[in-house]
Amino acid sequence: MVKALKRLYAGLVYTFLYLPILLLILYSFNDSKYSGKWNGFTLKWYKALLEDSSIMSALYNTFSIAILASIIATIIGTVSAIAIFKMGPRMKTIFMNVTYLPVMNPDIVIGISLLALFTAVKMKLGFITLLLAHVTFNIPYVILAVLPKLTQLNPYLEEAALDLGATPFQAFYKVILPEIMPGIVTGALLSFTLSIDDFMVSFFTTGSGVNTLSIKIYSMTKVGISPKINALSTVLFLGIVILFILLNKREKISE
Amino acid sequence: MKKISLLLVCVILVMSVVGCSKGEVNEQGYYNEINVYNWGDYVDMQVIEDFEKEYGIKVNYETYGDNEEMLAKVQSGGSDYDVVFPSDYMIEAMTKEGLLQELDHKNLPNFKNIDEDLKDMSYDPGNKYSVPYFFGTIGILYNTEMVKENVDSWDILWDEKYAKNIIMINSPRDSIGISLKRLGYSMNTKNIDELEKAKEELIKQKPLVKAYAIDDYKNMMLAGEGALALVWSGEATMLAEENDYLEYAIPKEGTNLWFDCIAIPTTSKHKKEAELFINYMMRPEVAAKCAEYIGYATANKEGKKLLPEDMQNNKVRYPEGDILKQGEVFTDLGEFTVEYDRIWTEIKVQ
Repeated sequence: MVKALKRLYAGLVYTFLYLPILLLILYSFNDSKYSGKWNGFTLKWYKALLEDSSIMSALYNTFSIAILASIIATIIGTVSAIAIFKMGPRMKTIFMNVTYLPVMNPDIVIGISLLALFTAVKMKLGFITLLLAHVTFNIPYVILAVLPKLTQLNPYLEEAALDLGATPFQAFYKVILPEIMPGIVTGALLSFTLSIDDFMVSFFTTGSGVNTLSIKIYSMTKVGISPKINALSTVLFLGIVILFILLNKREKISE
Repeated sequence: MKKISLLLVCVILVMSVVGCSKGEVNEQGYYNEINVYNWGDYVDMQVIEDFEKEYGIKVNYETYGDNEEMLAKVQSGGSDYDVVFPSDYMIEAMTKEGLLQELDHKNLPNFKNIDEDLKDMSYDPGNKYSVPYFFGTIGILYNTEMVKENVDSWDILWDEKYAKNIIMINSPRDSIGISLKRLGYSMNTKNIDELEKAKEELIKQKPLVKAYAIDDYKNMMLAGEGALALVWSGEATMLAEENDYLEYAIPKEGTNLWFDCIAIPTTSKHKKEAELFINYMMRPEVAAKCAEYIGYATANKEGKKLLPEDMQNNKVRYPEGDILKQGEVFTDLGEFTVEYDRIWTEIKVQ
């Protein structure tokens, strides 16, 4: 009885998680422009998606920003985390709080304040401002992902490396870095997904015809969201699934 | 190896960003890029690509979801859009704030292709700041299997017969507007007594209403979960064309006429190229292409003639005569907008 209930509960949870995605995939093959009505199977939305230059450029922008922003934020965040880790207790508290603030801040506040900053320094809105904004909101997440790994380190590890003749840089690069790598990877992945997902901050800080996918999709509400978007989401979802399978395979091999 | 390839990706990406054209004059004597800011999915991208090829001007194309968003971006001053697509009341508001540039009609010879009935409207007398792109009405989308009578009056949305089968628009201006029209008042009234009467009618109607929706009405109507819906014509006429059991009607008491137009914000530094683009958008074949792709009613009379017969002859999509004359365009109410919002809130909390 209890077992059956457990199963039912788990089943419900996963249904809620995956049913919407399944519906989305289903409607990407629907011949009608409107969901809610099945008109027969078609692949025309996939064709239309490939031909739609504005969606394609939004896709390209989204990924360029996400890749660049996560790499830059990871480098800055990791270095900052190490600096914070080496501070005295009082400074550490101050900096930790300063790091937490942007995480708690609503997106709209970040977006508007960055817009105010960019206009104040007369920067033309576009790819660069968008990138700076994304790097900005990603940094705290990287710091928060890397810090716990640093606190887990054996405090004498670095000294030992130095004693054994490593230069400070070598000690960091060959000893510390591999140890905190899992935290860095977590931070980078988190940045990447946050960046792809973001609408609010991007909306306020982009310009000069640089659209991202979330802005593009949101702006379609006037004429109805085209099934092209369903097709795109299906492709992205499959991409993520394949990525997961590959990652799992790799882990199995390395084990 | 992985690190090196990652680095390479980075370098390529950075190069692609920095390597962007820095904007110079091309061989045809035009500045080589313009920034266009439009509603999402509101143009056939093919016409944008053709424009780029023909004039050697790169179009940076960006999209928004509603007028207020566009206004926020234009007001912020950090943007430099050359062409925007505001609606009627927004043109009025932007003109008041000095956010739009006057158009030089010498550079817009294709303006002659625009339907005379749709020129010189109250929101922009003499089309000094804008040219119409698409236009439409508010009307009733109804299910012919559930509604057997003739739909020709707003009264049907107050008919007990259709209790819990009526879908209203979740938009204060439009819902209060038709309540005002039904009582014979103006949709732009600033008379509190008239507004209070319209409010009472909407409160009376509330028990009959299934939902106040904007986008979700489509699925409800398609699934037969509603008999009547108050809707904007743009998508409703397309739904009626696609489905035999749905029809769109414009009531005789008059309706709202809405316009989505093309204009040049004061932030634009390339008026010549922006006017070139607007003139191009008014070519009959370009207007027709866009109208066919989006399915809305084009304001371009010559373009309309190039559309498929059934699209052209659709009387609800292209209303004529009295409906156009009776149709009221929303005016910018300025500070008075808060009164409409207040009344809407009072209706919603009943």
